[in-house]
Amino acid sequence: MISAEDFDELFDETIPSDTAKGQEVQERIIALMEKYNFTERDIFSTRLALEEGIINAIKHGNRMDKNKFVRIQWAISPEKIRVVIKDEGPGFDPCDVPDPTALENLERPCGRGIMLMKAFMDLIEYSERGTILTIEKNQGSE
Amino acid sequence: MAAGRRIDVEEVGDVTIATFVDKKILDENNIQQIGSQLFALVEEDGRKRIILDFSNVEYLSSAALGKLITMDKKVKANSGKLRLCSIRPDIYEVFAITKLNKLFDIKDAQEDALQGF
Repeated sequence: MISAEDFDELFDETIPSDTAKGQEVQERIIALMEKYNFTERDIFSTRLALEEGIINAIKHGNRMDKNKFVRIQWAISPEKIRVVIKDEGPGFDPCDVPDPTALENLERPCGRGIMLMKAFMDLIEYSERGTILTIEKNQGSE
Repeated sequence: MAAGRRIDVEEVGDVTIATFVDKKILDENNIQQIGSQLFALVEEDGRKRIILDFSNVEYLSSAALGKLITMDKKVKANSGKLRLCSIRPDIYEVFAITKLNKLFDIKDAQEDALQGF
């Protein structure tokens, strides 16, 4: 999923559909960003996006099915971090997600995760019918 | 503080101030607990004027926003009022991007939230 050439370190982890396991991976990624001196702002943005991306894969992708897994690959260089999250769900069309900021949707309690990832990350891309999410943050970008 | 307590509750006159204890409102179980404890303020205690103080909160996910929206509905359904305060700039941005800053009554500091409430 990620080519190692562009990065200094590459990690690959497969976890069950368990949010606590997702948190553990999230902490490892954040610790790595701290090691590479990413700014607090980069870390804030990435933590938020990881939370949304991993939760979406577990809850909406795998529907919390403990027999299904989420594969998380992450790679880092001093310039950027890239994370790829793959679930085993049926997929979805990201374009079908209703705009959560539309007046009629403003009071709906869900549907804001993708919007937040788009706002806080430099790249967010869905592939393989929405089962693979790639997010990227450049060091020091706003 | 009892184990598992996610909000500190204090009363100023007839106003209830609920301060989030956690720095990160991210984890699914955590968010469920926060939701239950917030909703209990309205559904069990019948509180009408509630201020949610975010001064400890450094991270907030969209699932947490969902609980806040449900809380706002419950308070309104009970003819009450809800205000949010002490939200740091990064977190405020989350509200602004999702346009929830228009849904919620957000004040800078706790004193501002108490004023005229």
